[in-house]
Amino acid sequence: MIYADNSATTRVKPEVLDKMMPYLTEQYGNPSSLYAFAYDAKRAVEDAREKVAAVIGAKAREIFFTSCGSESDNWVLKGVASKYKDKGNHIITSCIEHPAIMETCKYLEKQGCRVTYLPVDEYGVITPESVSNAICEDTILISIMAANNEIGTIQPIREIGAIAKERGVLFHTDAVQAYGHIPLDVKEMNIDFLSLSGHKIGTPKGIGALYIRTGLRIDNLIHGGGQERHRRAGTENVPYIVGLGEAARLANENMAENISRLEKMRDTLIERVLRIPYTKLTGHPTNRLPGLCSIVIEGIEGEALLLNMFNEGICASSGSACSSGSLDPSHVLLAIGLPHHIAHGSLRLSLGEDNEPGDEIKIAEAVEKVAARLRAMSPVWEGNKPIWD
Amino acid sequence: MYSEKVLDHFSNPRNVGELEGANAVGQVGNSKCGDIMKIYMKIENDIIVDCSFKTFGCGAAVATSSMATEMVKGKTIEEALTLTNKAVAEALDGLPPEKLHCSVLAEEAIKSAIADYMRSQGKDPGTLGLCDGNCENCCAHNK
Repeated sequence: MIYADNSATTRVKPEVLDKMMPYLTEQYGNPSSLYAFAYDAKRAVEDAREKVAAVIGAKAREIFFTSCGSESDNWVLKGVASKYKDKGNHIITSCIEHPAIMETCKYLEKQGCRVTYLPVDEYGVITPESVSNAICEDTILISIMAANNEIGTIQPIREIGAIAKERGVLFHTDAVQAYGHIPLDVKEMNIDFLSLSGHKIGTPKGIGALYIRTGLRIDNLIHGGGQERHRRAGTENVPYIVGLGEAARLANENMAENISRLEKMRDTLIERVLRIPYTKLTGHPTNRLPGLCSIVIEGIEGEALLLNMFNEGICASSGSACSSGSLDPSHVLLAIGLPHHIAHGSLRLSLGEDNEPGDEIKIAEAVEKVAARLRAMSPVWEGNKPIWD
Repeated sequence: MYSEKVLDHFSNPRNVGELEGANAVGQVGNSKCGDIMKIYMKIENDIIVDCSFKTFGCGAAVATSSMATEMVKGKTIEEALTLTNKAVAEALDGLPPEKLHCSVLAEEAIKSAIADYMRSQGKDPGTLGLCDGNCENCCAHNK
């Protein structure tokens, strides 16, 4: 089997599991306890905090552990909206955000917030100008993802951060797909809040963090005990936090090497699959996540494509309606201007550190085989082209 | 989420492709919704002697097309018209709830092909097989 769905989740790294094991077994102390037996747990959590912070040029005390990326997104949006309600109620985001942002924004709209969903160009890029133009007197937050999960486009975060700073608006970025994969620096990029998730970089599912710039206050999401300096209640998930620390360290250490290796494999994969007629790359051609190849194949449907790919031993994903459980294809594919009938044929292949040289060729061959098979049984494919061409 | 039977009919679809000598063709669904089924039939003396399909759609759409063609082959058109979406879904050991509309499409596609045959015989099929291709309505009708 070739796993090409690393944007969905990643395998737990053996080094990560090794670091976690003592805290899943003998080191079970509660970091809040006062006796020496629990000191090690406390130290391990603080050590992990430093490693997580180092990846984005933050200080350890600016990192707050959460249960997942969605919690981080919920916390920052709801926490800013309620904390700054006297200053304003306008939030700027984009129309290609992850559901953790989209659905939270819709919820906040019901609570009286006004949300601007910025459009994107055909490559899925949010222009800094559109952000600048959308800022009003009552704008309290700009939330723009660092890199898109479906089409891999990397956003001009530095430019948007500069605008936010100049105009005095808080800036959050959902960096779940970007953290540990591409360079990010919260100071240089003027990022006030950043969401991240562990399982995209080799931890088990169920651990995330929110970076909050020193001095910024937002309302709490989880109320209770005094953990995380009274800002996120709940006994610390020590083993998972330790795992996140180790995954962050590894990601940071190997980032440059991973980027260059994955970009080469990705570009070969893209070049090969685009040889299939009536196939188009989605997302930005160069400014995209290192391992992510996303395409649409005309004349076939995405879920059928995935099932067939799995029959060929390859795990991938799609933004088709059938894979999303609705009649519409993904909001991201529609936002970049794809018509419904073409967006239904989307395929996302996301390579990761575990992929071996040559996988990209095997994957491309499988795509070619499967596309031919499905087109042969497709009533919208006649001769050598789709009926709409 | 799919039964073994669905996966089997998806991976090894029966009766796939255009049918040589077909004298009836029916098509339902639309590409906007992501499902189109086209059914080909060869009908002699009101008996469906052969049947095939072409489908643009998800795994369940392919599997229900495949199963529906198997179920009507050799049947009289009268018998084929009694085929229900429920029967197709049951023959596949069930479908996930959000995929039941695929079995509705399969039923409609069979009816649409038979309506085409009736028209060729100078008979008025009435509203038979007049799937409007509006999947929203289709799913509502299914609920």
